[in-house]
Amino acid sequence: MKLLRSITIVAGLLLACASAQAAQTNVAVAANFTDAAKEIAALFKQKTGHEAVLSFGASGQFYTQIAQGAPFQVFLSADDSRPKQLVEEGLAVAGNRFTYAIGKLVLWSKSPGVVTGEETLKAASFAKLSICNPAAAPYGLAAVETMKSLNLYDALKPKLVEGATITQAYQFVETGNAEVGFVALSQLTGSEAGSRWVVPQALYNPIRQDAVLLKAGAGNEAAGAFITFLRGSEARAVIERYGYVLDGQS
Amino acid sequence: MEIWSAEIRQSVLLTVELAAISTAILLVLATPLAWWLARAKGWWTEIIASVVALPLVLPPTVLGFYLLVLLGPDGPGGWIASLWGGRTLAFTFEGLVIGSVVYSMPFVVQPIRNAFAAMGERPLEVAATLRASPLRTFWTVAVPLARSGFLTGAVLGFAHTVGEFGLVLMIGGNIPGHTKVLSVALFDYVETSRWREASMLAGLMVIFAFAVILTMTLVDKRAARAAA
Repeated sequence: MKLLRSITIVAGLLLACASAQAAQTNVAVAANFTDAAKEIAALFKQKTGHEAVLSFGASGQFYTQIAQGAPFQVFLSADDSRPKQLVEEGLAVAGNRFTYAIGKLVLWSKSPGVVTGEETLKAASFAKLSICNPAAAPYGLAAVETMKSLNLYDALKPKLVEGATITQAYQFVETGNAEVGFVALSQLTGSEAGSRWVVPQALYNPIRQDAVLLKAGAGNEAAGAFITFLRGSEARAVIERYGYVLDGQS
Repeated sequence: MEIWSAEIRQSVLLTVELAAISTAILLVLATPLAWWLARAKGWWTEIIASVVALPLVLPPTVLGFYLLVLLGPDGPGGWIASLWGGRTLAFTFEGLVIGSVVYSMPFVVQPIRNAFAAMGERPLEVAATLRASPLRTFWTVAVPLARSGFLTGAVLGFAHTVGEFGLVLMIGGNIPGHTKVLSVALFDYVETSRWREASMLAGLMVIFAFAVILTMTLVDKRAARAAA
């Protein structure tokens, strides 16, 4: 009994030491990158022992929070303009910004045969089309650009419903409350269910997703290590598997 | 630079409309319920009262989740939306009204119930000996005596609907003129760093909240004076 107790105490002490050595970093992740980021964080922990604590939201929302002093050390945005702006405003470390993924926009329905291509948007035989807030989320902006390129925006506008993040836009379709929605290809990874149309790149500006090391993470070992890990081959393999295009190959 | 933009005006009007309609429906539903709760003696009374009071404790996201999934087109309650030809309760003004009524119910039922309970049996017995019918007694004796309870309930129901956020964010879809109420518009402005509009709406809400609390306090005081 006594032995058991001392073993427990020693084990506890060892654990405490281990966690004292491994650092932690808070990472703000654009919602479209949710699943990929979780996988990368797990690999990151396995390889380095550091822990990346992930928060998910709309890029615009994170930008506002970071500008107001939110304690994030790394920001994985869904665009390149917000990270660039953060660097210019002195809120992110210059020279660290890079494109970790280029996103793909998809028109998606839970039911097979509903989405066949741009003609689905032209026919508009649905009550609600879900997108994410174009002012706060880059995928929402890309969705609006797509509809404008097809000259369908004004016609479709009354049918639009907005989620605060791409996750909510996805969930509106998933729960059946909206019949179709613009989502990220990464959200459909691993499932062939329903029907989808991967929107041709010509219809919207490339969704260049940039990562930056924020000022709050400048001296943090885990934050720097996470950025380095994100550039590495293991992370890149995960990112590719989720349907993103990597920078420099298209 | 026009601050009082059409966008803000629209969300203010929509919020007032939602709160007014919800309050009217709440008063109609809450009055018989409060009457029954104030006078029923069975052990189940408090069980019903607790069910009505649930939204006091539940996060609005719980309600939002149920409305989205159970009352969605694939859910068991999907038929409700078809009553007015809709496909789903989400993204509609009607959906927000239903959500608000459920969500604000305890704030309306409780004060009315208390007022009915506070008057006791005596006035009703007196009315009965004067051969007033139960319905007439209710309208000419009980309701006037409980008027401060009604006023409190109406103000609280209205105010609570105005203050609703989580539920609308979950089922609203942010549609201007239909579901983009004040609280959600404010969230939107903050998210996109539009500080000027955000301060405008936030300031408006603070003034409104202050007016509500002040009104409530004055009503309470008057009721206490009238009772004394």
